[in-house]
Amino acid sequence: MFERLYVMLVKEFLELRRDRWAMFRLIVPLLIQVLVFGYAATFTVNHVSTVVLDLDHSQASRSLVSHFVATGRFDIVDIAQTQLQVTHAIDTGRAVVAIVIHAGFAEKLGNGRTAPLQVSVDGTNSNTALIALGYVSLIVAQFQAEAMANAWPLPAGAAAAGAAVPLQERPWFNEGLDDRWFFIPGVIGTLTLIQVVSLTALAVVREREVGTLEQIMVSPIRPFEFILGKTLPFFLIGLADVALVTIFGVLWFRVPFVGSPLVMLLGSSLFLVAALGLGLLLSTLARTQQQAFALNFFLVNPFFILSGFAFPIAAMPQVLQWFTLINPLRYYLVVLRAVFLKGVGVDVLWPPLTAMGVLGVGLLTLSVLRFRKSLD
Amino acid sequence: MTDPAGEVAVLARGLVRRFGPVSAVRGIDLAVRRGEIFGLVGPDGAGKTTIMRMLAGVLRPDAGEIHLEGVDVVADPERAKPLLSYMPQRFGLYEDLTVAENIFFYATLFAVPARVRRDRSQELLAAAGMLPFRRRLAGQLSGGMKQKLGLVCALIHTPRVLLLDEPTTGVDPVSRRDFWGILYGLREHGVTILLSTAYMDEAERCSRLALLHAGAIRHCDTPARLKQAMPGALLAVVTRDARRAHAAVEGAAGVLGLLLMGDRVNVRVDDAERRAPELRARLAGQGIADADITPIEPGIEDVFVALLGSGSPA
Repeated sequence: MFERLYVMLVKEFLELRRDRWAMFRLIVPLLIQVLVFGYAATFTVNHVSTVVLDLDHSQASRSLVSHFVATGRFDIVDIAQTQLQVTHAIDTGRAVVAIVIHAGFAEKLGNGRTAPLQVSVDGTNSNTALIALGYVSLIVAQFQAEAMANAWPLPAGAAAAGAAVPLQERPWFNEGLDDRWFFIPGVIGTLTLIQVVSLTALAVVREREVGTLEQIMVSPIRPFEFILGKTLPFFLIGLADVALVTIFGVLWFRVPFVGSPLVMLLGSSLFLVAALGLGLLLSTLARTQQQAFALNFFLVNPFFILSGFAFPIAAMPQVLQWFTLINPLRYYLVVLRAVFLKGVGVDVLWPPLTAMGVLGVGLLTLSVLRFRKSLD
Repeated sequence: MTDPAGEVAVLARGLVRRFGPVSAVRGIDLAVRRGEIFGLVGPDGAGKTTIMRMLAGVLRPDAGEIHLEGVDVVADPERAKPLLSYMPQRFGLYEDLTVAENIFFYATLFAVPARVRRDRSQELLAAAGMLPFRRRLAGQLSGGMKQKLGLVCALIHTPRVLLLDEPTTGVDPVSRRDFWGILYGLREHGVTILLSTAYMDEAERCSRLALLHAGAIRHCDTPARLKQAMPGALLAVVTRDARRAHAAVEGAAGVLGLLLMGDRVNVRVDDAERRAPELRARLAGQGIADADITPIEPGIEDVFVALLGSGSPA
């Protein structure tokens, strides 16, 4: 049996070596995607284009506007003279946020009355709008506190005492709340899934297309020998992917890696078994490489979206949350982020590791059974 | 079809295979003797490939039994695999691998010992006229060469039974001659060969033929006896305008079948002696005076058309 497995592996290796572009195709798109994710995938909202309509023309209103500018979150792209110009700026997309200060703002503020401030946000991108509004509330609260302090100076030492509960924020594991620290570990799982599933599916379907699959099946090789010979190379390629992106993330993007490489290896291996099972399952559903490609596209996207890579699972409808339970990527992302940032071990990570193991064995069994049937 | 036990290398009884509502093979019986070159002949869709795949053990029959050199293929396909070799219409080769690497791959799959492999591949490549191409990538071979390489790979483990599905379709005449040279050599060694073919000259090289139609065997005999079994006799009508002659003869009294063959029309009649002058007169009456009408020996194509009775395919 080792002879047959060996000759399968030799053949895969020779085919890979003859394919001059194989290495290029395996590595370059991967690195490009890591770079794109590292630089572009961020939740932080900076330099929001803002239009200002100041109808008060007071020192207080100018001070409020300068508070916005000072944070760096908002760029004043336009000073409007009329409400109509404000609407136009938002409609054309020139500005995302509009700040309108009505006449009498300073007067009301000075009298200790409520001074209304109008802020409009382009809600087309709900995420950006929400985050921008959060900044607006923070800035206005700060402005308000300063204005009140100026109006009724309190004796030193009594500042803000009893007025509010002071909140001390201390994020763990990612003190700077750097989005990259969150994304790069996730990118490893996502890219590996896409690459390994499509490589496996296409490789098996190609053998079916060319007719070598039938030829192999009339030989005394056992299906599991063929499957092992066909998947082992992609398992190794998958591990190389993981290592490559990890090293790149740590060296280039300075993402910390505080956990154990062994836990990472264990988690990655279990995940890869599931990914290979998925690829093999896909190959049994497709007759041609084009079909496999289309299926892969259809399959990988939901796995990606329902993994918690970018969108929190807890916010999803209940039905979709159930679906995430059979998504190996979901568990792998938990393991990746934990190993990278928290440094916890198997004692903590055994539930997602077990889940991946169960899914891996299940998917592989299902695909092997289907694979046998698909030969008929 | 009752042969002494032990002589029969391939035995099939009551083979049935359906694909959904379609019955591709409906109750086939075959008994191929050891060392025979047995031909399956029939139009596309007659069930040739389905039969081949069932015999090879890659397709399970819905009913019936198959014995290959005494091994029950349906019950124990794994034990039959080392005994047989199946070559589909297009043999699966790895185009990014060289000729030698492809042979090495298939030899190892069949657990051929290294020393045997070297001698045998040398011998087979020489017979195929492919010794100089050992280091060439399979993807860079011509169609005929690819097919010969397929045969070499299929024979590397010295099978007892060789199943060939239209092996020389799209193969140039020189490669076909090499191909048949190898097949005759195998027969000397007692290898049983079952092949399907669409070429009539190839069918005539077989020791026996089974004429297939719509998933059933209509006739099964030696090419010579099949020719004798053809009802009626054959007249060749040679004229400058064969197409016109074909139209003129159609429907004449005593004409059982017509086959347009390029420069002539093969006319099957009930009685050659009587009908030849009648046809000559009929053609002359229609302005075809140069027609030369002679009785001829039927080719297997004529027999095929006559026995399957599906009219003239020309």
